Amino acid sequence: MKEINLSVNGNHVLVDTDPDTPLIYVLRNDLDYTGAKLGCALEQCGACIVLVEGEPTNSCVRAAAEFEGMHIETVEGFGSPDKMSEVQQVFAEENVAQCGYCTAGIVCSVTAMFRKTRNPSDEQIKETLNRHLCRCGSHSRILDAVNRIRLGEKV
Amino acid sequence: MSKHSSLSNSPKVSDWLDFSSFGRLILHTGKVDIGQRITTALALIAAEELSIPFDDITVRKTRTDIDPNEGYTAGSFSMQHSGYAIKKATATARHIFAKKASEKLNVAEEKLEVSDGQFRAARTNQSVTYWELMSDISLDVDVDEEVETKNPADYTSQNKPHIAKGMAEIMTGRYQFLHDLKLDNMLHARIIRPPHYHCELESLDSDVLSRLKQENVYLVQDGSFLAVAALQEYHVVKAARRVSLAAKWKSVKQLSEENIYSLLTSNYKDSFFVEKGCIPSATRKIPELEQIDEDKNYKIIATYRKPYHMHASIGPSAGCARFDGDGLMVWTHNQGVYPLRAAITEAFDMPIDKVSVQFVPGAGVYGHNGADDAAFDAAIIARHIPGHPILLKWTRDDEHSWEPYGSAMQCEIQASIDKNGNISSWSHETFADTFLTRPITGKQPATRMVSAHYIKDALPWPVAEPMMVPHGGIHRNMEMLYEMPQPRLVKNRVYDLPLRTSALRTLGAYGNVFANESMINELAEIAKLDPFTFRLQHLKDERAIAVLSKLQRVMEDQIRDDEQYGHGIGFARYKNSAAYCAIGVSLSVNEAAEVKLHDAYIVCDAGEIVDSEGVRAQLEGGFIQAASWTLYEQVLYERDGIVSRDWDTYPIITFDNIPQMHTYIIVNPGMPYLGAGEGAAGPTAAAIGNALKDATGLRVREMPFNPDKIMAAALEE
Repeated sequence: MKEINLSVNGNHVLVDTDPDTPLIYVLRNDLDYTGAKLGCALEQCGACIVLVEGEPTNSCVRAAAEFEGMHIETVEGFGSPDKMSEVQQVFAEENVAQCGYCTAGIVCSVTAMFRKTRNPSDEQIKETLNRHLCRCGSHSRILDAVNRIRLGEKV
Repeated sequence: MSKHSSLSNSPKVSDWLDFSSFGRLILHTGKVDIGQRITTALALIAAEELSIPFDDITVRKTRTDIDPNEGYTAGSFSMQHSGYAIKKATATARHIFAKKASEKLNVAEEKLEVSDGQFRAARTNQSVTYWELMSDISLDVDVDEEVETKNPADYTSQNKPHIAKGMAEIMTGRYQFLHDLKLDNMLHARIIRPPHYHCELESLDSDVLSRLKQENVYLVQDGSFLAVAALQEYHVVKAARRVSLAAKWKSVKQLSEENIYSLLTSNYKDSFFVEKGCIPSATRKIPELEQIDEDKNYKIIATYRKPYHMHASIGPSAGCARFDGDGLMVWTHNQGVYPLRAAITEAFDMPIDKVSVQFVPGAGVYGHNGADDAAFDAAIIARHIPGHPILLKWTRDDEHSWEPYGSAMQCEIQASIDKNGNISSWSHETFADTFLTRPITGKQPATRMVSAHYIKDALPWPVAEPMMVPHGGIHRNMEMLYEMPQPRLVKNRVYDLPLRTSALRTLGAYGNVFANESMINELAEIAKLDPFTFRLQHLKDERAIAVLSKLQRVMEDQIRDDEQYGHGIGFARYKNSAAYCAIGVSLSVNEAAEVKLHDAYIVCDAGEIVDSEGVRAQLEGGFIQAASWTLYEQVLYERDGIVSRDWDTYPIITFDNIPQMHTYIIVNPGMPYLGAGEGAAGPTAAAIGNALKDATGLRVREMPFNPDKIMAAALEE
């Protein structure tokens, strides 16, 4: 077992876990942040993406110990159902999700993108979203919601 | 008794509506929300009929014995089943409440106003809520199907902007998926599957087993079924890997590597003539293929093919079960809690009142994927480890290689037109494996669970009987709406094919509509008619004409004359009884022979619309999923098993090939609901194929339309 210090959604946490445990199991099981999902455990689908130091990062393979001392954000950290972040609010108003399994990862990536620029190019949007797979076919609604945020339409 | 399947099983108003929680209406339904947003639609129907705010309505997640038995959430039937039942139940309730409110408030019923869950006497301040009236009435009365429902002109809730049920929770990571369950004393579990279907466990390295035991990891071995369980999820992940290395398997036989399309036409099969109404006949002799008088007709013979497809859910299937030594509680994200209960009670020889099955949302399933199997697997493990809830998750590898796929299909069409450009003959023979190996109550449901074939008292693999109902499975949508002489339609249910198959969204309709609508375009070309004119001149159904004409107008208005783009259309009415859907596509093909989608035009008539945003999402999602099947997907396998075991070996569509959507829903207030969940798929495949022909001059008849297939078609030309 190994003690790992993390900052998760602004809170300092100390976790005792096997040194090889991937970050997602720590977030979901030890810390109860179940928003991030296990999809492939191969870094192929993006369902597990969270923000590490502000960067979208797959959490399904790399050990939590690798993130010692780092600042991690999960989808729960951005807002709550009563007080959603801008990205969450627009995504909800546009009803982008179908089953919702891939959504948390996408919200994380899109949030990180808009923190860097309010006016991402089409290329930046594609690059951001291409790390994510969706099976229900919500892509077009997600792209519409991202465009709405880009154009600065009021929430 | 009602002729309506849901109301005949659950005839009382109280089967559907529950006012016992003050200020809240709780709806009971047998249909589950798998991302198609049925809970939102049902809540909107109730909100409309009862004038109760949408946010004050809760839709229960289906549980056996508590909620109506509506079979499977499948076939685009949810609105026609549960939507209809709840509309009639709420309208019946409204009349009962209004009568009592009129007595209480001492005003005539027609002078009552109702809003926000309250009845008000006009011009007085007196009011009374549904919940205040509850003590004086009983909803234990039959749903009145002849009841007067709200006039569509007075609608205030349906199709208004709203945030769908669960959407805010999904966005903020609070929506509880089955995969997120945390129960007291719960163990995580993983299974260890053999390399392929036809294997038996030969031996297990006993050193590994004893070490696992020391580490407090349970190993469950039941015949050739292997699983591990422990408190910590990642311990289980690692233990499963070790057991996988410690297990030796004996291959009893290998998978056939012969070309699947050869097997489809050469293997043993049951063949049926498909009669008017798209009903296979058990007795009628299949007529010979007609000789075409080629002096008076132009004839085309063509073969269209689709490979095996996966459901390929983004979340691998999961199941949870707890056995207390007597009763079994199961949590599942499958599409039918009642049939699953039947399978479990049969497999374990348990009385039905000892098994409860509760739906909890999971990732989209799109038919019969691994969800039922995962629940059953969890139940097997739970029975070996009583007292602990077992949360079993399949891995990506389990999901890709063990789910029941959508069958490969071959469609052989011979069709002709006369000199006036009218269809003069049509023969379509379709070949496929079964699309129905779901557990069915009363039909040995336990044999349909994959692990039932590996446990100690293994059950035989099921051989599904051909579905003989209209538009059943393989023959779904073989019959078209176009006017023509009686077509020769033949369903071939082929046996002994290499892969496990079952229901994948649309069943045979996707392949059949692709073939039909491709051939329609091929005929239009030799008739020298544009694809709209040719279709419209063969249609009498006014709603079909309206949908196609609308598509024609929107495409004419919006398409620029760009030589590089190809345009194509496809049309069908799903099962000839659900939504009408016409699809247009604009695409281009780059130098690497990759198809780039630019625009998608969708026109749909789904009867009365309750949640237009939900319908739009289903149509656009259906388009994108079908575009993915059409352009990218095929299950690869070899004699030693499935090769497509992750997202590299089974690629699906990504964000960089999503077209601009132009979606139009024809509004028909007051008309019966027509299911819209599956209508887009078949027409999408045809529209892409027809657009590809327009763009390149190549008629590609075998999916997926990837660079290999497009190059092969180019070489053939």
